[in-house]
Amino acid sequence: MTLSLTLVIVMAVLFACGIYLMLERSLTRVVLGFLLVGNAANLLIILMAGAQGIAPIVEDPAADADQYTDPLPQALLLTAIVITFAVSAFMLALIYRSWRLANADDLDDDADDLALRTGAQVVPVEETAPDEATTEFLPDPLDPTEAVPGTEVAERTERGETR
Amino acid sequence: MTAELGVLVPLAVLIPLVAAGVTLVVGRRARAQRIVALIALVAVVLVGATLLMGVDAGGSVVVEVGSWQAPFGIVLVVDRLSALMVLISAIVLLAVLVFSIGQGLADGDDETPVSIYYPTYLILTTGVMIAFVAGDLFNLYVGFEVLLVSSYVLITLGGTESRIRAGVTYVVVSLVSSVLFLTAIAMVYGALGTVNLAQIAIRIADIPIDTQIVLHVMLLVAFGIKAAVFPLSFWLPDSYPSAPAPVTAAFAGLLTKIGVYAIIRVETVIFPGEELNPALMVLALLTMVVGALGAVAQADIKRILSFTLVSHIGYMILGVALGTAEGTAAAVYYIAHHIVVQTTLFLAAGLIEREAGSTSISRIGGLLASAPLVALLFFIPALNLGGIPPFSGFIGKLALFQATAAQGDALAYILLGGGALVSLLTLYALVRVWNLAFWRGADEVERGSSRLLKHVNEAPLDTSTISGARTTPFLMTASTAGMVIVSVALTVFAGPLYGVAERAGENLDGPGRYVLSIFPSGTEPNSTDVIEEVLDR
Repeated sequence: MTLSLTLVIVMAVLFACGIYLMLERSLTRVVLGFLLVGNAANLLIILMAGAQGIAPIVEDPAADADQYTDPLPQALLLTAIVITFAVSAFMLALIYRSWRLANADDLDDDADDLALRTGAQVVPVEETAPDEATTEFLPDPLDPTEAVPGTEVAERTERGETR
Repeated sequence: MTAELGVLVPLAVLIPLVAAGVTLVVGRRARAQRIVALIALVAVVLVGATLLMGVDAGGSVVVEVGSWQAPFGIVLVVDRLSALMVLISAIVLLAVLVFSIGQGLADGDDETPVSIYYPTYLILTTGVMIAFVAGDLFNLYVGFEVLLVSSYVLITLGGTESRIRAGVTYVVVSLVSSVLFLTAIAMVYGALGTVNLAQIAIRIADIPIDTQIVLHVMLLVAFGIKAAVFPLSFWLPDSYPSAPAPVTAAFAGLLTKIGVYAIIRVETVIFPGEELNPALMVLALLTMVVGALGAVAQADIKRILSFTLVSHIGYMILGVALGTAEGTAAAVYYIAHHIVVQTTLFLAAGLIEREAGSTSISRIGGLLASAPLVALLFFIPALNLGGIPPFSGFIGKLALFQATAAQGDALAYILLGGGALVSLLTLYALVRVWNLAFWRGADEVERGSSRLLKHVNEAPLDTSTISGARTTPFLMTASTAGMVIVSVALTVFAGPLYGVAERAGENLDGPGRYVLSIFPSGTEPNSTDVIEEVLDR
């Protein structure tokens, strides 16, 4: 199997940068890291096809099987790209929600870990019922894109149901 | 016979997938969504039951999708292990669906945004089924991704702060495991030129042993994160308890077991060698002990259950790590038992939360008097999980310990002792829940803390309030009771069921039979390589 050294190096650099970014606290960086690592894995798949050959469509029956490019990694790669794409979209939504709730995209210290470090028992926060307003995606009056007519939120608002 | 069964295999995947589409279309009508989801899951249970009976009688069913001959096309393989897993998970998913319908009806769908919940849940079912019937590594990866992405949605359902926080941990950890799995698939393809499990099994002997170990470890780490094997289990007790009760129940019962299922496939079909078995046994012991100690230190019932979940994964890994037919059989039976019992316990915890308004054992009490039925529904699976005879937990542990003792070396006996100790610790953690939440009078809760609460930790960010008893809908109790009956049935019908597990174990004793079911001649087409295990038989 012959591999392109450039692609191998690119893949290694992508993996390294991606893993570095995923270890950061900021969620945005984690997503960027995931994108890099995902692409590195995709690159690895395509590298595993080996040397490039002619397109894997049998037009000349006389051609030797070894002359064709291996088509399977390309099929795997396409699936993997779609999955990476969908998951990144979900991650971005998650970050946006996290930012809306906390106005920060950093990951908090775990309350349990903090308690363990300081040697204190965690005192349960009593009687602070979760704010109902935070449990639903309420339309933002300043944001014209939010209350799109026909969506569930818009309908609920039209019916005058408030929480 | 096999031809008709072959039709059923894609149905196990297609029914929930189509139903998910239908529930999306009728998204405005919650009632129609519920009916479609219920019909779909009942159908999947029936498909699972037929598959198990057919496969147990007539041997593995192999479906070549689109009639493309293996290894060129995609194969779906249902052997006894897959069929058993399909049936048990379909039953569990159905019970959890009924529970969540009951909860949704009573809560006016506060917690479950109605238009999203049912389609996502059905897609989760689809993913689980794809993973169980997959005959190649990449299809397994696709199944994992389908179920993981829907689990990301379910765990952050409603988008409250605590769920987003727990969800972020869960999503990032799962992503790491997925990327690792994908990288491992690329490596396997690079080394062997195939992702078909049977073909990998044939070709694996041709590559050097150190390359084999690298591939083996990569796959094990990827699946170990999903199965929550120590030290890759850190994420589980933090993320599962924050999801809605029925979602936690389904996740706890199923998702980790799919990781264990994948580990069984890796250990029996791809790498039947014994290089890593001692390491796996040590990890099994650590998983058991660390999980059980975690359970003992918790005050929140859901967190206690999450830690016992981690610790009992250790038992299954132990069965797999033995590398014998008996060990695999015991692990298979234990998985079936544990899926059912762990889900039942989480559903019971959902009932407790509803009756008492909290799941912290330091703040609730007197449930035996106020809700005797819930007490019964918690008590039976608790004893079952602790391994008290005659329940299925005891039978599973007994089989595991016998298989371990048959191994006979020092490490096996250490694991035997560890397993017995962990079973006691599990019992201790659950009996303490019983003592405090059920036996303790409601007046004692206000009088102050019990000595049993001395060393336990409250859940962080516990903002739940004791809201007083709400009426528990009939469906919630009924589905939990149904699960308790299923778990008792695992005990009553332990004979035939263990027979299936034993035959599944024999089937998985080395890759030979798995390969023969896909390549009946024992060789790949256009190849003269025959693996030794096939020739041995």
